[in-house]
Amino acid sequence: MYTTEQYEGMIAETITIKGANGDEIHTYFARPQGPGPFPAVVVIHHLPGWDETYRDFTRKLAHHGYLAISPDLYCRDAHGVPEDVAAAVRADGGAPDDRVMADVKGAADYVLSLPSSNGKVGVWGTCSGGRHAFLAGCRLNVFDAVVECWGGNVIMGPDQLTDKQPVSPNEYTDDLSAPLLGLFGDLDQSPTAEQVNQHEAELKAAGKVYEFHRYPEAGHGFFYYHAPMYHQSSAVDGWEKMFDFFSRNLS
Amino acid sequence: MCTMICERTSMEGSGKGRQGWFPLKNANVSYDHPFNAPWEYAVNIDFVNEDKGVGARVAVELSPESAKRLAEAIITTLERGEADPQIKVSVL
Repeated sequence: MYTTEQYEGMIAETITIKGANGDEIHTYFARPQGPGPFPAVVVIHHLPGWDETYRDFTRKLAHHGYLAISPDLYCRDAHGVPEDVAAAVRADGGAPDDRVMADVKGAADYVLSLPSSNGKVGVWGTCSGGRHAFLAGCRLNVFDAVVECWGGNVIMGPDQLTDKQPVSPNEYTDDLSAPLLGLFGDLDQSPTAEQVNQHEAELKAAGKVYEFHRYPEAGHGFFYYHAPMYHQSSAVDGWEKMFDFFSRNLS
Repeated sequence: MCTMICERTSMEGSGKGRQGWFPLKNANVSYDHPFNAPWEYAVNIDFVNEDKGVGARVAVELSPESAKRLAEAIITTLERGEADPQIKVSVL
């Protein structure tokens, strides 16, 4: 909890880390000044890109005392205005799941290697990033906490599978290796309320530690302050739930 | 983005983007999250030329009903133009 008499400072900058195939990829890294030790969070951007919103989110986590690291998942695809890059990736079927997982693992390994790390790392994302966060919690045995915000396509039908997204993430539910927090809007169309029900039932059946919070007046992307989908009371509560969850699992 | 519903078709023509006119190569039509239009989903049409970088893009984000009206307007316009024997599309 920040109080007004405290000194506060952070460093936020673009760095490079090793991602999939050992590639150097751009990464936005925001961290509190000071020796730490600090917990860390890998911030997975949404499909609209590695954009200003995600830089704000990353800095917000640093303000709350986390080493926050957000890799550019489209770094190999193109560079330019984030929307233009994301439009090109959208037209090309999105980023491949295997590559995203390796990039996320690279980001986690990087922050865990720092002397200022407390040895714990969480993962968080929204929309396609929420899907990737859940997938990372299942496929990468490195995280201590997973936050999935309205992950679209966590449950995919056979007709939705592609070479780049060849497996529906919920198929990996048994492999989830960390506590999961899920935040969802009941008015969302992806995931639908029915899909969230199924997702929760599968977690329960697998005996996983999870918390789902569902907001009846919210739709998709209710944290996005720059868009009409922003829902103030749901967003404020969602941020509180997320920081509480990270505090309990990453301290 | 989340739906991954996208159709790509080749284009001949010109588009006016951020840096002025450029020759078109493809149109990408997706039914997915828009960047700006105030809905969860939209029909997004990007006229692009990948050879000139991702910034060579003319974008529109339409409601599904608007997209249908646009498609109908294009077909109607084509039918009228192609029915007129005095109109021939050719390189000047």
